[in-house]
Amino acid sequence: MDSISLGSQVVQYIFSGLTVGAIFALVALGFNIIYNVTEVINFAQGEFVVWGGLILAVLAESLGIPLFLSFFISVGVVALVGMGIYRAGIRPLHQPTILTMIMATIAISIILKGLAMFIWGKDPYAVQPFVDAPPVMLWGAYIQVQTFWILGISVALVVALTLFFQRTLTGKAMRACADNPGAASLVGISPGRMILFAFALSAALGAVGGAIITPITLMEYDRGAMLALKGFGAAILGGLGNFYGAVAAGFLLGLLESFATGFISSSYKDAIALIVLLIVLFARPQGLMGSSLQGDE
Amino acid sequence: MTMLLSEKNQTVTHILCFALFVAALPWVFGLSRATSYYTDVMVFVAIHSIIAAGLSLLLGYAGQISLGQAAFYGLGAYASGILTTRLGLSPWLGIMAGMVLAAGMAYGVGLPALRLKGHYLAMATLGFGMIVYIVFNEFIGLTGGPSGFGEIPSIRIFGMEISSTLGFYYLAWTAAVGVLWISLNIVHSRPGRALRAIHDSEKAAAAVGIDITRAKVQIFVVSGVYGALAGSLYAHFVTFINPPPFDIFFSIKVLMMVVIGGVGSIWGAYLGAALLTFLPEWLAFMEDFDVLAYGIILLTIVMFSPDGLVGLGSRMINRIRNMKNRGY
Repeated sequence: MDSISLGSQVVQYIFSGLTVGAIFALVALGFNIIYNVTEVINFAQGEFVVWGGLILAVLAESLGIPLFLSFFISVGVVALVGMGIYRAGIRPLHQPTILTMIMATIAISIILKGLAMFIWGKDPYAVQPFVDAPPVMLWGAYIQVQTFWILGISVALVVALTLFFQRTLTGKAMRACADNPGAASLVGISPGRMILFAFALSAALGAVGGAIITPITLMEYDRGAMLALKGFGAAILGGLGNFYGAVAAGFLLGLLESFATGFISSSYKDAIALIVLLIVLFARPQGLMGSSLQGDE
Repeated sequence: MTMLLSEKNQTVTHILCFALFVAALPWVFGLSRATSYYTDVMVFVAIHSIIAAGLSLLLGYAGQISLGQAAFYGLGAYASGILTTRLGLSPWLGIMAGMVLAAGMAYGVGLPALRLKGHYLAMATLGFGMIVYIVFNEFIGLTGGPSGFGEIPSIRIFGMEISSTLGFYYLAWTAAVGVLWISLNIVHSRPGRALRAIHDSEKAAAAVGIDITRAKVQIFVVSGVYGALAGSLYAHFVTFINPPPFDIFFSIKVLMMVVIGGVGSIWGAYLGAALLTFLPEWLAFMEDFDVLAYGIILLTIVMFSPDGLVGLGSRMINRIRNMKNRGY
């Protein structure tokens, strides 16, 4: 062990931090997409990650469907689950307040967890890496090839989402709904459809996160709540609704956890990330980069 | 003035009726076959009611959310457990110490945290709860770590040891009814009215001279003290503690008790605590389906009665009254 230098350790921690951070960032983005259109924090966000990973495991490993195809099917199915959640659990609420909507999403996350336990049982599931290749040696650290897939896909998603919200008509319509649903419906945008679409999009994002991380960390039915909490932390740290804030905060939390595990102790990794989060909140009550909804209560 | 007095008398009557009902309950259970089992669950209802009452004051009257109540619950339990087993102190001193500790902690955390709003406050209290939970797990020398510790002594009153379930039932419910009485008094007091003003509009409340930060922190301290009391009772009843009962999911459960029962009603907190404590017991026969059924029931209640069980009840009473008035 003496031959491992500090430098290569640091490289190792950076990559493992970025890997976990990418998933936090995807979950945080999912929170933000729904929050911007509805002002709801969807606590079922973590369950999408679990479902994405578990569906991929069944399709690719048990049924032997090609991985590439399984990936898209699992993301598609979870997007449908996301839409179903809105239709069955959120839209029927009578005179919803923020609090009842949060309660509803917590209840939905319990239902999704119960369903996952019923369908897949309590054992963890594995998926083969996307490409079967030996780890890459980088500045003295061994990096799994899957790590590059995770980072590449996450970055590609962030770029695609940015283009979507800024260049396409649907993306602009969603932003209009976020700013002012009343005015948006005056110019012919249906806020109901945009909310439905937001649920599908954020469920799909979560599913991608689950599908790309499962080859490294495995997946089991009860992982969702913790992922949701970490993603919520990232969304808050970046400033609720703030797109780039969420990505930056997700990676930051991942790196904090990874370095805390490496240099202090794995049992305190969550505590250190949380303490940093609290300090930031107390110093900057609107998150690192500020909320998207200025002047709201 | 007469109105206020009659309202106060009414509250006292309600509390007395409730106390009589709770006192008679074990004898009703005694007639059925599941005597001590239901009495046992009812002890947990009392404990959960106390912690839920605290959050109800904070959420329903001051409009401030907390996802960290389990931390105070744990502080009470560990303070009681550690002081009685390690230092051999009386359980009463343990309970007191837990409450003082929780009050200090609530003050220290509440002062910076309660400046935050909405989801940011939720995250800050959530983070606080998770940090305290990690401390329970990692300060092994003090807390016994993940495996916890046992042999926590039971409470003595006038040299009489309260070790039977029925005895503890009366002790826990005395505490729970006391907390109910104090909470209803807080609601109807000057600080209580100040809190409701804050809930409606912070700016308007500040304009009429209410010290907003102070009022919020005060009620957060009260909720912390309630939590610690509940935790101490838990420790002395179960006589063994380890970290899981004090995790953030319990905080979320306390929030659900308050919302399911009815935000803005202390009675609702007690109702919600009773439902969410009994529900897992009733669903236990479903084995692996229990999580699913639990979620579906919660969602159904939120969907069809967004103002909670209390709201549902009062709407039904109104409907019956209307029918009577119309001469049916």
